[in-house]
Amino acid sequence: MTGRAVRRPELEDLLRESAPRALAAVVRRFGDFADAEDAVQEALVEATRAWPAQGTPESPTGWLIAVASRRMTDKIRADSARRAREERIAAEPEPGPSAEADDTLVLIFMCCRPELTPASAIALTLRAVGGLTTAEIAAAFLVPEPTMGRRIARAKKTVEEAGEPFGLPAAAERKERLAAALRVLYLIFNEGYAASEGPDLARAELSAEAIRLTRIARLALPEEPEVGGLLALMLLTDARRLARTDAAGELVPLDQQDRGRWDAAAIAEGHRVLNEAVAMGAVGPHQLQAAIAAAHDRARRPEDTDWAEILALYGLLERVAPGPMVALNRAVAMAMAERPEAGLALLEELEPRLEGHHRVHAVRAHLLELAGDGAGAHASYVRAAELTASLPEQRYLTRRAARLAGGA
Amino acid sequence: MKFMLLQHYGRVEGDVPPMSQWAPEDVEAHIKFQKDLNAELRERGEFVEAQGLTGPEAAKFVLASDGAPIVTDGPFAESKELLAGWRMVDVESEERALEIAAKASEGPGPKGVPLRQQIEVRQVMGPIEPSE
Repeated sequence: MTGRAVRRPELEDLLRESAPRALAAVVRRFGDFADAEDAVQEALVEATRAWPAQGTPESPTGWLIAVASRRMTDKIRADSARRAREERIAAEPEPGPSAEADDTLVLIFMCCRPELTPASAIALTLRAVGGLTTAEIAAAFLVPEPTMGRRIARAKKTVEEAGEPFGLPAAAERKERLAAALRVLYLIFNEGYAASEGPDLARAELSAEAIRLTRIARLALPEEPEVGGLLALMLLTDARRLARTDAAGELVPLDQQDRGRWDAAAIAEGHRVLNEAVAMGAVGPHQLQAAIAAAHDRARRPEDTDWAEILALYGLLERVAPGPMVALNRAVAMAMAERPEAGLALLEELEPRLEGHHRVHAVRAHLLELAGDGAGAHASYVRAAELTASLPEQRYLTRRAARLAGGA
Repeated sequence: MKFMLLQHYGRVEGDVPPMSQWAPEDVEAHIKFQKDLNAELRERGEFVEAQGLTGPEAAKFVLASDGAPIVTDGPFAESKELLAGWRMVDVESEERALEIAAKASEGPGPKGVPLRQQIEVRQVMGPIEPSE
């Protein structure tokens, strides 16, 4: 955490906002993503030194572009083989101001190329678009800084080799690329939301960063309802953050959360964004997931939850984007909307497709407990606890099992 | 996903003497192998940590009791089961962790013959996974 640790929050926000604009301008001008990204990082570091001492420049983005461009021309000058290119660039006029949201979106698309692994795309997006330092990203993911540095360098090389000109992807592949970009943004959100241990602050910031980038993407692509759907999903989920863990940092399940601690403003915004997206008439998985989150957030008490609606939404979601999690959640919704036995019957039907997924056991345990089968629930809780790779979940499952063993 | 790759003393194929009895060039070759593997993992952005432990001769076992804790010194009959060291890697899949473990298992022993050491692969518990 060098350099960044001493930044004041206002300066930090300003740099985060300005970084992608500056990078977009430099990439546009010099056409070399990997070098431009380095140059902008250097300019950001320079800004943290210069601005507190000399005062914030009138145009922070312009300042960053100027410093980064100087680094780029220095580098080009040092490389005689590139002299011809330098002359060509020098002859070109300064690029005019362009829509900032569009530039940020182009960078998100560049950093979320489908051939990158999720971990690489996440790291590159956070650095190139989010303006985080390698040290900050390394700290958030609990790996050494040089390891994260290499991961980012490799990702940049992949982007460079793809050789895509600076601009939105061609229409033919826009849909697939958008899905990949939204997936990366959602993963960044989850990395932050899932944080329950380790450097919490560093990770909670990831959720805020994902929300910020998704907001920008929505501004640039107002006609894509799935971007709004994703933003709504993030807002409606993040609204429960404070209620999601207790004072000791342990997981609190949805039906036991203090709903007074939910963020009403975030929920209201989430509903608004979702309604606008749904009104466009092209329903997709993020909108459906957001609608499910909205249904939960609307219930003032757990018993007010409209499980019939949630069951219907999971039915739709399973058709649009089938997956083991969706199937499992539908079984839970079925149990809640009808009877536990109905959920268990559905689970049994689904089982062959979900083979080996640890959450099958957790869901079965939960439904058996609801159905009054304490011994069966206990066995399934124990099995789920054995198989999970999540520490908070393991603790939660072990507690449920122990309580049934003691009370039964 | 983070995985611990654990190496134990005894879990090698055949009867290999302790490293202190190897020819110097074999020791060098083994050390180079370990360093090269770590360098490769760093280069791929997968390396988290690699540590070796002091020998089993220096190991102690501690047990709480009603009075002072009971501390037992070696040598231990089961010293071959003791941990020699570990690597932690951050990878995309379990498959990749197993691939790295297979490579680690091939570390050269005396006369360059691969030790075929059994590597214990364990996923490190993480935060909760998304459920919606």
